[in-house]
Amino acid sequence: MDSSHALADHAAHPAHIDTSTGLDSRKMAFWTFIGSECLLFGSLIATYMAYKGRSLKPPYPHDVTINGVAHEGVLNIPLTSFSTFILLMSSVAMVFALYNVQRGDRKWAAFWLFATAFGGSIFLGCQVFEFTEFYHNGLTLKSNLFGSTFFVLTGFHGAHVTVGIIYLITLGVMTMRGRIGPERTLNVEIAGLYWHFVDVIWIVIFPLVYLIP
Amino acid sequence: MRAAPARLWSVALAAAPLLLAACGGKEHLRQYPQTTFYPTTQFARTTDGLFMLSLILGVAVGVAVLAIMVYFLWRYRYRPGAPEPKQIHGNTRLEVAWTLIPAVILAVIAVPTVKAIFSTQPEPPADALTVEVIGKQWWWEFRYPQPNGDTIITANEIHVPTGRTVHLLLKSDNVLHAFWVPAMGGKRDLITNRINHLIFKPEQTGVYFGQCGEFCGTSHALMRMRLVAHTPQGFQQWLTSEAAPAAEPLPTDSAVLLGKQLVTQGACAGCHLIEGTPMAGRTGPSLTHFGRRRTLAAGILDNNAENLRRWLRNPPEMKPGSKMPNLNLTEQQITYMVAYLQSLQ
Amino acid sequence: MSSTATVAAPRPVAAHHAEPTGLWSWITTVDHKRIGIMYGVTAFVWFLVAGIEALMIRVQLFVPNNHFVSAETYNSLFTMHALTMIFGALMPLTAAFFNFIVPLQVGARDVAFPRLNALSYWLFLFGGIFLNVGWVFKAAPDAGWFAYAPLTIEAWAPGLHMDFYVLGLQVLGLSSIIASLNFIITIINLRAPGMRLMRMPIFTWMTLITSVLIVTAMAVFTIAITELMFDRVFGTNFFNTVDAGADPLLWQHLFWMFGHPEVYILIIPIMGMVSEVLPTFSRKPLFGYNVMVFSGVLIGWLGWGVWSHHMFATGMGPIADSFFALSTMLIAIPTGIKIFNWLGTIYGGSVRFTTAMLFSVGFIAMFTIGGISGVMHSSAPSDLQQTDTYFVVAHIHYVFFGGTVMGLWSAMYYWYPKVFGRLLDEKMGKAHFWLTMVGMNLTFFPMHFVGMFGMPRRTWTYGPEQGFTIWNQVETIGSFIIALATLIFAVNLFTAWKRGRVAGPNPWGAATLEWSIPSPPPVYNFREIPVVHSRMPLWEGDPTKAAGIPHGRAEEETEQVTLGGAALAEVGDVHDENKMSAHDLGIHLPPPSFWPIVLAFGITLIFVGLIFRQLTGAMHSLWYLMIAGVAITVLSIYAWAFEPGH
Repeated sequence: MDSSHALADHAAHPAHIDTSTGLDSRKMAFWTFIGSECLLFGSLIATYMAYKGRSLKPPYPHDVTINGVAHEGVLNIPLTSFSTFILLMSSVAMVFALYNVQRGDRKWAAFWLFATAFGGSIFLGCQVFEFTEFYHNGLTLKSNLFGSTFFVLTGFHGAHVTVGIIYLITLGVMTMRGRIGPERTLNVEIAGLYWHFVDVIWIVIFPLVYLIP
Repeated sequence: MRAAPARLWSVALAAAPLLLAACGGKEHLRQYPQTTFYPTTQFARTTDGLFMLSLILGVAVGVAVLAIMVYFLWRYRYRPGAPEPKQIHGNTRLEVAWTLIPAVILAVIAVPTVKAIFSTQPEPPADALTVEVIGKQWWWEFRYPQPNGDTIITANEIHVPTGRTVHLLLKSDNVLHAFWVPAMGGKRDLITNRINHLIFKPEQTGVYFGQCGEFCGTSHALMRMRLVAHTPQGFQQWLTSEAAPAAEPLPTDSAVLLGKQLVTQGACAGCHLIEGTPMAGRTGPSLTHFGRRRTLAAGILDNNAENLRRWLRNPPEMKPGSKMPNLNLTEQQITYMVAYLQSLQ
Repeated sequence: MSSTATVAAPRPVAAHHAEPTGLWSWITTVDHKRIGIMYGVTAFVWFLVAGIEALMIRVQLFVPNNHFVSAETYNSLFTMHALTMIFGALMPLTAAFFNFIVPLQVGARDVAFPRLNALSYWLFLFGGIFLNVGWVFKAAPDAGWFAYAPLTIEAWAPGLHMDFYVLGLQVLGLSSIIASLNFIITIINLRAPGMRLMRMPIFTWMTLITSVLIVTAMAVFTIAITELMFDRVFGTNFFNTVDAGADPLLWQHLFWMFGHPEVYILIIPIMGMVSEVLPTFSRKPLFGYNVMVFSGVLIGWLGWGVWSHHMFATGMGPIADSFFALSTMLIAIPTGIKIFNWLGTIYGGSVRFTTAMLFSVGFIAMFTIGGISGVMHSSAPSDLQQTDTYFVVAHIHYVFFGGTVMGLWSAMYYWYPKVFGRLLDEKMGKAHFWLTMVGMNLTFFPMHFVGMFGMPRRTWTYGPEQGFTIWNQVETIGSFIIALATLIFAVNLFTAWKRGRVAGPNPWGAATLEWSIPSPPPVYNFREIPVVHSRMPLWEGDPTKAAGIPHGRAEEETEQVTLGGAALAEVGDVHDENKMSAHDLGIHLPPPSFWPIVLAFGITLIFVGLIFRQLTGAMHSLWYLMIAGVAITVLSIYAWAFEPGH
């Protein structure tokens, strides 16, 4: 439903939304999807927490001494703190992207969309590096409870980040081609919701997995 | 209000033996050897008392609801020429009433329930008899740790004394099972990597039926057992003789001697344990005193020569999925082996 | 015009000239009505399959030590009976009604996302087939529908059986979540003007509650089966009790956290259906509508807090046991309230015993019995004797068969005329009902007894000395009576489709919006979206204010035609507007699309590929199908997103 609004409007919405609540159905659907995803990640996090500290053999996440034998933890807090920071900054980039789409600034909108995707890629790159290091230290999906729960939880999150990056790059290209403007911001709003959600999930995972021993 | 639940509870407790006598009793046990209506422990009586309480209240409510419904359907059936019914939308007072009354009825069940939950999971007393139960696919191992550090290992028939608390330590090294002898009380799961506890005090001597109560694979249906409750002296006798090694065959008994040779030096030794012989396998049930067990193959067959022959001929046919393979024994070999195994009293 | 004869001659329903026909039109349809019909037909077929599995179980249990089927086959039979009934028949049958009826009840032209709706159907079809393909290879799932770890890991479940389980259920789970997402948005956002939430039909309310439960509970189940899938396919340790120290209770907690809301998913829609049927045939409104809505919400909410009542025998400790015993008793209260409100609906009414009404009444009776055995289970120590015995099998079948199935049949008799424009035969319907009542009680009531006499569940056979024989024989006879009843029903469904009495818009004189349009409805549903002023627009709406809504109760407007002795509102006429297309009326409808079936295929292919990965030998390399599946999935999503016209 295109409206012919050409006015630059910070809170640009289509002229009228023909729904019982006045909200766009697609945005509402997305919030419902996020609700479902909360339980998805919640169950994975619960599994991680249930098995935290119960691995029968190394590698372990944090430094620990068992039966007099010291084991060095494999988690690289400085690296992941850095990548967490980048992911958080990418959410800021996402806010700028939406703002510029609503303003109708095609160039900057595309820039910030690609910047968000870039931030996400850095985050993923750090994860790939991290996982490769773990593999060389003997931590795999199959090693122990920590390996299984860690890789599946962070892997699911990483898969979500990947899908988000693809989505953002697609939107970036569409923006550059002029297919997304102030009258069609819903797509970018939803991408923003998705990206912020992925960010929030990481904000829960990072302390539980990395920071708290 | 507080007196009411207690009174109902005592009514149920008083009614329970009457009702149980109606559907319980020795005749009932004979017809249904695994019935839950023949409690022989406080644990079983407690659970059955709760059953009766909820049954009586539930049936009362159910009969009332159904009777009212049938009455309404008859009374308010369509009659030609009848006026349009009064379009009532609800009645707040009724809603409150039929919220509170069920709540009260449920409270009457809830209070004794919580009490029973705690009373049936006590700390075992110091003089309790501890027996380890290990669930296998598809048989039971029972281990009696002794004060001197030895462990008596038997299978599929658990012996207990009356008048003394029995404390079962429930374990599994494979899949989940559940220990259930209804006459002793409710069931409890055997969970891998966990130890569960079941505590009860048998009061009546006898032989009781039990069965696995948690789906455990192909022959879950064929994982049964017997519980034998002795007098305290009877139990001591059993324990002493169970601790003794397997009986040596008489030199004159050639069939038994040949059987012993086949069993202890054949494939059986790979999986089975017979104390007093070199056989020390732990994969299958201990056979040290196999001959005096009432059943074989985990409670599914009476322990006699005919059934033993059928078992030895083709175990997987008797118990699908059985880890004991068909050893392709000849009938002659089976005869000797049966003779030896039956001699293990 | 219609006649006042006691039996109207069957009349052909006017053809919808503009509506496309043919296989391709069904493959690419995004019309909620067609999708609803496809759900219904497919689900009914699965119901018959699961019913045959049940009959085989009952034959095997007819005598002790029977060898009608092997132990391995039996274990697959009871596993697949449960899976097929729950995921293949019951949930999709309720989805069929959600699909067809809810948009009509809220006054919408379709659901919020028509293509997504089609996608969920195709995923259901492919997922159901995938789950059952195991039978062909003698590798049907066989560890129970509840699939307790560690029985389900490779060590104790070699072969493909449980791979079909984890992979097939992923597809089916996705189907359910997507469908429910659609219904939530449809109900919240697409209501006709004037239809406030508390003016919605009660069935729509229950659909909303159920859909919220599905999108949340199925997410938990998705993780449970994903973890098991990773264990089996990639060697992770979630349930590796052998050498990684895993805890089997992790599976049980995740499973039942899904599993308990699941049973409410199976009964809450039915409560909605019955709450529509009873007022219609009592000729008075639902008693306590507000309370019925709130109790439904409360049941959905409390349903999250009772899951470990399935785990009373696992040794959680007295505090956990007590908490879950009490929470389970608590949830009995809003459930009981509903039963009383149904009685209040009948009270003072003018009850007509159509087959739909009979099944709803039967539902109340059977569900009450099932509820009582449920309360008996809630007392944890008592449950230690009942759990894992046939007493539970009795309980679940009173609520699932006496509850869900009988409620569904009531809804079928009620809404079939709306869907197909023809009435089901009432004589066959009455036979169906009475045979079902007799068969059901004969099959399941003895199970209360044989369970408490010591018969555990999920047992392939039993010994003659255990005393279970006569009870099992009675149960088996009962099950064949159910089969006969179902056969009569199937015949009725099929023959009425083309030869049943023609039904007009409102054969029952009911009150909600779906009865204001022709039967079957035109493709655009409503010529004009109605404005709603009351909860029962056709009973209470002022004819002058509610534009275009016929007053279903004005006797002078309707023809009196008898049907089995009970007088009904107008039967037999069809309206001219059936002959006008959406285009003629200037109504824009979403165009058909083949991307839903393609995307469903791509997603299913991913999981099919993983099955091949589990094989050794030459077939193993076919796992590259998974990559093809991913490619098709990604491409379809892009094609879908950029599809013109949407």
